[in-house]
Amino acid sequence: MDAIIATDISKVFKLQVNNSQSMKERLVRLGRMQTREFVALQHMDLRVASGETLGILGHNGSGKSTLLKCISGILKPTTGQIRIRGRIASLLELGAGFHPELTGRENVFINAAFLGISRTEIARRFDDIVEFAELAEFIDEPVKHYSSGMYVRLGFAVAINVDPDVLLVDEVLAVGDEVFQQKCLDRVRQFQQEGRTILVVTHAADVVRQVCNRAIVLHHGEKVADGKPGDAIRVFREHLHGSLSESTVDDRHGPLRITSIVVAPGGDEERRMLDPGDRLVLEVRYLAEGVVAQPTLSISVVSLDGQTMYGTEFDLLAEGVGPLRGQGAVRVDFASAPLLDGRYTIAARLVDRADTDVMGVRFGREEFSVANPTTAHGVVAFGTATVSAEEFS
Amino acid sequence: MSSAGRHPGDLRVVSARRSIPTHLREIWGFRELLGSLIRKELKVRYKNSVLGFAWSMAQPVFLLVVYTFVFSVLGQGFERFSIWLLCGLIVWTLISTTLVTATQSITANANLVGKVPFPRAVLPLAAFGSAFVHFMLQFATFAVILLVTRHDIDFGYVWLLPLALLSLSVLLAAMALAFAVINVHARDTQHLLDLALVAMFWANPIVYEYQRAATWFSSHNLPSWLPLLNPFATVITTFQRAIYGRAAVGGRQLLPDTGPWWYLRNIGIVGGVSVGLLAWALWFFDRSEGNLAEVL
Repeated sequence: MDAIIATDISKVFKLQVNNSQSMKERLVRLGRMQTREFVALQHMDLRVASGETLGILGHNGSGKSTLLKCISGILKPTTGQIRIRGRIASLLELGAGFHPELTGRENVFINAAFLGISRTEIARRFDDIVEFAELAEFIDEPVKHYSSGMYVRLGFAVAINVDPDVLLVDEVLAVGDEVFQQKCLDRVRQFQQEGRTILVVTHAADVVRQVCNRAIVLHHGEKVADGKPGDAIRVFREHLHGSLSESTVDDRHGPLRITSIVVAPGGDEERRMLDPGDRLVLEVRYLAEGVVAQPTLSISVVSLDGQTMYGTEFDLLAEGVGPLRGQGAVRVDFASAPLLDGRYTIAARLVDRADTDVMGVRFGREEFSVANPTTAHGVVAFGTATVSAEEFS
Repeated sequence: MSSAGRHPGDLRVVSARRSIPTHLREIWGFRELLGSLIRKELKVRYKNSVLGFAWSMAQPVFLLVVYTFVFSVLGQGFERFSIWLLCGLIVWTLISTTLVTATQSITANANLVGKVPFPRAVLPLAAFGSAFVHFMLQFATFAVILLVTRHDIDFGYVWLLPLALLSLSVLLAAMALAFAVINVHARDTQHLLDLALVAMFWANPIVYEYQRAATWFSSHNLPSWLPLLNPFATVITTFQRAIYGRAAVGGRQLLPDTGPWWYLRNIGIVGGVSVGLLAWALWFFDRSEGNLAEVL
């Protein structure tokens, strides 16, 4: 049975170009309201089976939070409909409905009422909530005297103790201290075992891999992947790179372009597979319309989840290279790339310091991987180690 | 705890539009929230005050004392003028409190609307609800005043009061819903309302008598029923007729010399129009509801 069936849902936000909320300005412009439309979700279909834990991956602005808000009912979709079976509780905005002047006890009842839960039902669960929140001594204090941690703990305790069928989780559960976080995570696991449906919105691929049994990827409001977490994460990373390179300067028509980056060229054949600590040679090929008088080359090695492993900058004149003109290549020879397993891309930027408008950028199109034959794990390949022993008598 | 699907009938549909019956059913599903919000409103209002609810109840007594004193010094008004005044004033307080608080109900709870899903119509309705509880407390005090001062109410008209209150409630609910949404899109509404309320106070026969307005209109060759175009006047005159208990005093005609049917007809018209308005207001509210979280 499906817990959630969303058919053809779109969400279009109307952004007012100059956001005026006074009637005067509105009258002056006589309804000629300048609005710009922003499509956050485009005709999306989604089915979530009951008992599934679905990860929703996407970079910022991909529409993942909008989707979750539509499912929870905070926003209504512009087209389409969402059918949800059972009670929804969300861990999106904990304690948002609390009134500072009222006591913890009073707020628990109001918070539950916002979830559509009757007073009699919440009275039955009240002790569980207080115990879970670890707030027994403070429950009759006004919540304005609570610390932010206590506030969120109480909100979490209500959301999770109202016996929801569908739980919406946004980002990592960073609530309270470590012990409490563990308690929350345990409760989410328990929910999974009980066959409840969980939706987790995140851009942390690890969370999806650890917790979810299915994942979708959103990109510009569209669902670009739907399947096993591993497959979805791969698509997500590709799109992350796509969107990063889109966001950089469009150099296709500029006076200076980086046409390609070749990994490990020269004597070796072009190699895309390295061992930890191997020599790494990069050839940055460029095309310049005029003369690049003072060229500077920046190189970064970036992992597929967007983390820069290493970045550096070369003043080419100081290196005895350039000025650059026409077509050519700049070669950078790293004596060692001490990386462990993983796939990496190269980001390069070539810029004329004499005229910073002359700039070529290339990012995320070429990849290489490092395969580690040893038992070591982590990110950085330390040097070889010697082990010795000594006995104290 | 058992597995999912324990609320098999509990199917919720989120879509751009919904029918008025569906909307009403959703609001009904959150009636406990409505109750909680009204209780919260009253609790917060009297938090840290020693007398608490007594403040709501003391207000009519205070008004009675002040007006009795003022009008006896001025020599204005007529016999038991302060009772007459209170009939109109407590109804007016219900009207103005509802409109002021309901208009701001969504903008003042922007935080909530952006973060917590629930039928937003509950907010303006709760504003009306707490104003109504406030009104009932004042009405109770007023009843005590009437008993203590041995005032004769007219039992031939008292049965109209629940009907008048019912049609007023429907009208206020419709206005509350509409004003709350309009204020989200144009914050001027709340300031405009403050001014409008001053004018509306004097457009209602509270301090003066209905008959005086009717006579003025007919002497200017206008229909004498024109003041009744103001639906609040119908409710206020009904309260005056039933509680003040007389249509005329000392040879002075205060209210038209008619039986209860005249009042019933007026209430019926107001009620009918209000039901239509409420249907429109629910439609209007639903149209904007999906965007409230963004606009705020």
